Amino acid sequence: MAESIAFYTLAAFILGFAVLVVTTKDTVHSVLFLVLDFLFVAALYVLLGAQFLAAIQILVYAGGIVVLYLFVVMLVNLKRPAEEYHDPRRRTVLGVGLSVAVLAELGLIAYWSRGNAAPTLANAAATAIPVTGNTEQVGWLLYTSYLIPFEIASMLLLVAMIGAIVLAKREL
Amino acid sequence: MIDSFVIPLLKVVIVLNATLVGVTYMVLLERKVIAWAQSRLGPMRVGPYGVLQPIADAVKLMLKEDITPTRADKWVFTAAPIISMVPALIVYAVIPFGDKVHLFGRDISLYITDINVGLLYIVSVASVGVYGIILAGYSSNSKFPLLASLRASAQLISYEVAVTLTLVSVIMMAGTLSMVGIVRAQEAGHVWFGFLQPFAFAIFFIGGLAETNRAPFDLPEAEQELTGGFHTEYSGMRFALFFLAEYANMIVVSSVATTLFLGGWLAPFSHWLPFLNIVPGWIWFLIKSFVFLYIFIWVRATLPRYRYDQLMNIGWKVLIPLAIINLVVTGIIKVLLH
Repeated sequence: MAESIAFYTLAAFILGFAVLVVTTKDTVHSVLFLVLDFLFVAALYVLLGAQFLAAIQILVYAGGIVVLYLFVVMLVNLKRPAEEYHDPRRRTVLGVGLSVAVLAELGLIAYWSRGNAAPTLANAAATAIPVTGNTEQVGWLLYTSYLIPFEIASMLLLVAMIGAIVLAKREL
Repeated sequence: MIDSFVIPLLKVVIVLNATLVGVTYMVLLERKVIAWAQSRLGPMRVGPYGVLQPIADAVKLMLKEDITPTRADKWVFTAAPIISMVPALIVYAVIPFGDKVHLFGRDISLYITDINVGLLYIVSVASVGVYGIILAGYSSNSKFPLLASLRASAQLISYEVAVTLTLVSVIMMAGTLSMVGIVRAQEAGHVWFGFLQPFAFAIFFIGGLAETNRAPFDLPEAEQELTGGFHTEYSGMRFALFFLAEYANMIVVSSVATTLFLGGWLAPFSHWLPFLNIVPGWIWFLIKSFVFLYIFIWVRATLPRYRYDQLMNIGWKVLIPLAIINLVVTGIIKVLLH
């Protein structure tokens, strides 16, 4: 009972801030609402018993990535009004189409996976993971079941990093 | 009921108040120590040897006019000092000041909570604190604060990488992220991690100086270049909040360094000198933290400020590679000893 009250409160805040992120005119304010949104998502992770993920969520998203967003927003002049598309209706059509597609996808996933118990870390741990503790379990899963996705993600980051260096330093 | 609600609440109240009093007296200590370093007396007028000076300062700051610049971004301008103060205070939730003590018939642990991601919690909360500085500079609508806040955030982000990497090598030594667990690991090994990880210790301390914007890395507040840094436009109590946040962060860095590298509440060499255990653990903790705080002030009184490009060079080209090498070497030794 208490858990569902907490969940719905957090979910309401997350959705509310998400709406504010896209509707606020001032870009800096919208970035700040994004930070608040990330913090509430971290609270949701804590509610689900994933403290490690919550701390990483704050460290990487709220503390790291959004600071860089703020840098860009503050250094680029955004006071100028956005240039209009030639066809103002094109954006609406695109937006509505994409939203409908995403909603349909989510609905289908929910429909197909109904009845399956959600795979939580706890019941996965009961079967296969020989370590205890939130961080240890995440680490164990990353280095066993999800080793290849993990390595591919790190390769992607490396590629992005090298790309950024090449772009920034043309006379290497 | 009492164990789950009243005692934690009491602990929170005590820790918060002790921190705030500690912070105000840090200011006095800093003025005194710097005065002695320069053959002056420092504050002497308010109370004997100026011991009541912090109270006078606080009253003065509260009575001063609270000015908001006309074209400032009002909401953000108001929120910025709060955003920089709150993370500096909530970090104390996971800092272990001592082991259990027996009081009024109950065992009371001298920390507010011990979570299994304690160290990660500290790092992530500290990373949110930078918003206070960025937003203060941005919302003031004035060019010096903006420049200072850009400097401050660039500096914080670069030094955060090195500090976090050194923390990883400590975590590898301890095998846990819990702050209490890290102290227990040092107790079980009979040696503080400061001796096993001297490079990590040094990098953490230098990074700590830079992250708290202290001399010789106090570029965001370089008076000669930026008038007052990111808080130029702030006055009265809001200015005081930034000031208190800086000192609270210094105490945080000192406490974390004590916990990670100097064995937290453990008595020095307690395995060989057991009579030192007579002194309660929390007093050892306070002594060790005080040593760090004193060094912070000592460094400020001694070293000139770095230039901005030098600061960035040290961060990215010296500290981060050193931290990575330290991490790899720690890992290799750990595997070889296993």
